[in-house]
Amino acid sequence: MSMKWEAGGLKSPLARAKGLGSISEGADHWISQRITAIANIPLMIWLVYSIINMIGASYYEFGAWLAEPLNAILMILVVLSTFYHAVLGSQVVIEDYIHNEGFKLFKLIGQKLFFIAMGVAAIFSILKVAFS
Amino acid sequence: MSETKAEKIERPLSPHLQVYRPQMTSMLSILHRMTGVALAVGTILFVWLLVATASGEDAFNTFMSVVSSPIGMVALAGWSFALFYHMCNGVRHLIWDTGRLFKIQYATSAGYIVLLSSITLTAFVWYMALA
Repeated sequence: MSMKWEAGGLKSPLARAKGLGSISEGADHWISQRITAIANIPLMIWLVYSIINMIGASYYEFGAWLAEPLNAILMILVVLSTFYHAVLGSQVVIEDYIHNEGFKLFKLIGQKLFFIAMGVAAIFSILKVAFS
Repeated sequence: MSETKAEKIERPLSPHLQVYRPQMTSMLSILHRMTGVALAVGTILFVWLLVATASGEDAFNTFMSVVSSPIGMVALAGWSFALFYHMCNGVRHLIWDTGRLFKIQYATSAGYIVLLSSITLTAFVWYMALA
């Protein structure tokens, strides 16, 4: 998503040339964080409700529940929305508290790779259960 | 990262937490971050459940025995409170984003509502789970 005013930016050309302020992705990050935050509310209410209903479920009961299309779809949406929200949030935390540029870059790339790997593992598992 | 070493600009850093007297609003703010980080770490447990279910009955039962152990129950209790707190306080943040609730007394009373509702929701969910 790009905003009309992002093309020129709100910064002065001098500030942009000096590399001051946001590298023009700030608004996008902020908006994505809010969109996933709002999406997470109904998704998390559904997840907690489902967990309570699934307490004491056997392997086969849980597998059958997860294989239902609506449950599998909602579970994939849970993974996408919450993990993306977590990537955005932990990025801010790392940027705020780690001031060594090299280590910061390492952590920023590392946390993205971590959530991509976790997300792929989660979605693959959901699909495997759903299609078997 | 665009500038070279020679023209490196020393940007101001946010003031550190310890220079401020602890206040209710600032404590809730740091709790929002802490619960956010806890939830991010907690995704490991969630992914473990899904991968275990895809792997087979033994892996699923191993997960269940860990989660239903005392340590697992404590982790789940912490996870549920972290989730509800982060959700309720997130709504408080979303309201702030619309430009409302910025007066200190409203920010504080909304903070108490957040604390109360997240504790109530956690207690309610555990009552439903164990009943």
